Order: sequence, then C-alpha cells, then structure tokens
Amino acid sequence: MIQILFFLFAALAVGAAINVLVQKHVLYSSLSLIVMLTSISALFVLLQAEFLAVINVIVYAGAIMVLFVFVIMLLNLPADPSDEKETDRLRWLKFIGIPLGIFLLLLVGATVWNVGSAANTTQMPGTAEAIGQSMFTEYLLPFELTSLLILIALMGAVVFAKKDL
Amino acid sequence: MIPLNWYLILAAVLFLVGVLGFFLKRNIIALLLSVEIMLNAVNLTFVAFSSQHAQIRGQIFVFFVLVVAAAEAAVGLALVIAMFRNRESLNVDRSNLLKW
Repeated sequence: MIQILFFLFAALAVGAAINVLVQKHVLYSSLSLIVMLTSISALFVLLQAEFLAVINVIVYAGAIMVLFVFVIMLLNLPADPSDEKETDRLRWLKFIGIPLGIFLLLLVGATVWNVGSAANTTQMPGTAEAIGQSMFTEYLLPFELTSLLILIALMGAVVFAKKDL
Repeated sequence: MIPLNWYLILAAVLFLVGVLGFFLKRNIIALLLSVEIMLNAVNLTFVAFSSQHAQIRGQIFVFFVLVVAAAEAAVGLALVIAMFRNRESLNVDRSNLLKW
C-alpha cells in the first residue's frame, strides 16, 4: 500500500517537474510546480514528517508560489516566441549538456543504490512537538538569525523593486 | 517499508530536472522555478535521511532551507520586476551589459 502511494506521488512529482520545463508560459509552469510541491509534501507524510508536510504546503505552495504567480500576473507577460529563440551556441551546448546530465544521474544512482537499504525500524514522527523541542533549545541561535535574514531580504526586495530610491 | 535509496534516486531525478531547467530555459522566472525544484529535491533527501536515522536534525535543516528559499524568492522576484522595468524583457540573454 505504501509502495503504491510512493510510486503515485513520485510519478506525480517527476511529471509535474518535467511539465514545469515543457510549458511555454511561466504561469502554467508555476501552477505545475504547485502540483510538484504538494506531492513532495505527500512524500514527507510517508516519511513521518507530518509537521514539515504541513509547513511545505503552507509556506511553499501557499506563500512562495502565490508570490510567483502574483509577480507573473503583475508583469502581464506576453507569450513572446521570439524571446525563446536561442542562439546557435546554446543549441550546440544542449546536445552536450543533456547526455552529461543523464550520465551524472546514472553516477549518482549507482552510488545511491548501494546506500544501506535497511528498512528503518525506529519510529520517529516529526511532529511539531519534536521539531519545536529541538529548534528552541539546540538550534535557537540559528532560528533567531533567520529572522535577521528575512528582514534583510525584505529590505532588499523593497530596494530593488522600488522605482526611484 | 520503502527503502531509503528509492527516495534518494527520486531526489536525484528531481534535482536533475531542476538543473536541466536552469540551463535550458531562458526566461528568468523559469530559472527561479528551477531553483525551487532543486531546493525541494534536496529537502526530500534531508527528510529521507532524517527518517532513516531517526534524527530530527534533518527536518530542522529543511526548515532553514525553507526560510532561505522564501528570502531567495522575495529578492529574486524583486530583481525580476526591476529587470522587466528596465528592459521590457525577461530573457536572460538580453541582459548582457556586464558581459565582456
């Protein structure tokens, strides 16, 4: 049963990720990315990381992707085919890059295949309690520093997007 | 139970798709979306190892990756807006002023 769910969501994730690249208009790409994020969250649930699954849906699919879709709609992009036209140099590189990428994947796959495949017997549910316990004791300083990072990113976004500063 | 290496191979495939998108697409928003795919592939690896070793630390790290992704998306999209305002185009090949 769990295997069926794994293959279902894995196929959905890979298919949606490929669809992100195939689509011509970025709005459809970002909508497809939301499907991928949701299936990744389902895989998190299969890995007993329930809190992260919820956070992934709320923050990624909820907030970040809304930001993407908002900017795409704000810019009101024309589906300009001339923008997609590539130079000869790029077309040439594509034929080298794709085999090299597949070779890299095979290399990683061959390495990963030998990683200990013993089924995990220990149960460690990633509940909000377990994560909060660790985050507010052991990782308190990094957690506080992320607020600084978010603040700087916020100011940077305002500076970049403002018309005349 | 699903073996660990299935998750790792799935994450590697997703990462490869993200890398391919980053190098093949020319639209800057598509590049940002490809970066998001790659970050999610890495997150999946973290959670898979966390579940395998019964350690919560991998999931904490995913949390921080999420924060960095949010910051990256905010700054990146602000740059996209600035770029579109200046050039009326999102093609990364056209913003080549600093190219020698």
